[in-house]
Amino acid sequence: MSADDDSERARRFRDAALPHLDDVYTLARYLMRDQADAEDAVQECYLRALRHFDSYRGPAMRPWLLAILRNVCKSEFTRRSERPAAECNDNAPVEPPAWQEAQPSAEAELLRRHDAAAIRRLVAALPPQFREAVVLRDINDLSYRQIAEVAGLPVGTVMSRLARARAMLRAAWIAEQGLKS
Amino acid sequence: MNCSEADVLINALVDGELDAGHARDVEAHVASCRDCTGKLASLQAMRSAMAGAGLMEKAPAALRERIERTLPAISIASARMPAVNARPAGPWRINRRVFAGGFAAGTALSAAVAATLLVAVVRDDRDQKIASEVVSAHLRSLQPGHLTDVETSDRHTVKPWFNGKLDVAPPVIDLTAEGFTLIGGRLDTINGETVAALVYRRRHHVINLFVARRPGGKRAGAGSEIWHGFNVRRWTEDGLDFWAVSDINAGELDEFYKKFSTAARPAAPS
Repeated sequence: MSADDDSERARRFRDAALPHLDDVYTLARYLMRDQADAEDAVQECYLRALRHFDSYRGPAMRPWLLAILRNVCKSEFTRRSERPAAECNDNAPVEPPAWQEAQPSAEAELLRRHDAAAIRRLVAALPPQFREAVVLRDINDLSYRQIAEVAGLPVGTVMSRLARARAMLRAAWIAEQGLKS
Repeated sequence: MNCSEADVLINALVDGELDAGHARDVEAHVASCRDCTGKLASLQAMRSAMAGAGLMEKAPAALRERIERTLPAISIASARMPAVNARPAGPWRINRRVFAGGFAAGTALSAAVAATLLVAVVRDDRDQKIASEVVSAHLRSLQPGHLTDVETSDRHTVKPWFNGKLDVAPPVIDLTAEGFTLIGGRLDTINGETVAALVYRRRHHVINLFVARRPGGKRAGAGSEIWHGFNVRRWTEDGLDFWAVSDINAGELDEFYKKFSTAARPAAPS
């Protein structure tokens, strides 16, 4: 391969992959927590993506990059031989307050009154696999099918995980509001 | 539908991931259930709070520069890179077996709900989009005042009505004698394209026949299918795509297809 081909390839890669940097960085921040680790993971992600760019066949660049990022983070945790946090059993019962406890409209009002910093903290406190589902859906705005591709899961598992993640989030959200008010 | 089945589906409803048929079922359940009404309101509130909070991070400029700088360098050095993990993770070609096999993996869904969702969610994107739009258009047409723009059983009125409104001249065929009464036509939208909809009635059931241009489309029939709970018969003929949608049974819809396409063929040049 000539140097011209290489720079042409690098240019194509840059045009296709760099516009998604904020998305990749956002997921990295939630998966790695520490900012320096997140930046390293993003850089490693782009290196790997470039290396495999020739085998990339689409359709969508963004989920492809996010999947690579996710693998980078996973192997980093493996290298440190630590689990990101206790993986929580998908089927362990969540005990959120019953939906009917508050007046529906009053509860919805309560949920709406949250600022970005508080929401970030609540999402960051979710167990890893639930955190990942919520970030991919509600922040990266991926479809269920794309999340399934990124996380290597069946769509059905994505759906039930999201439902549980939001039940946990809602419980924590309300508990925090309850303390404040 | 009970509340535990509805739980996962309400999330999917809020996420806009349900097709028209399932969305209606979930909405019907929510309307009749106080708990689920509250749950839906809470999920919508959380979702809009998250959307409004601007949670997407901005990558630091230094990181962007760091990556930009490495790009040309790595492409030259790539020959020396160890080829680890030749493929990034994930089934990029969507593998239906993966979805089907993994479904048992401890989801809270009932088997019946899972089976219907599998169909609803796993269709490939274009097919899924068209299937759900065809069914949505059919459902929309059943609302009062939406069935026809031009209401007549006279095919000589319906056919010219489409002229100038569409770049397709659908064959309009009266099948009253065969038990399918032409009651009119209208314009509709499928997959971003304006299409002709011919409306027939069989007893008290409505059949929508959508007709779209398909330049170069070869003659092809397809068996009958069930899309989101409705029988659908689709075929291609004379550069046109046809979708017949109805809640009549598959046998009758098949009969409609045969009568229509037989009658259409000799009349094609008109």
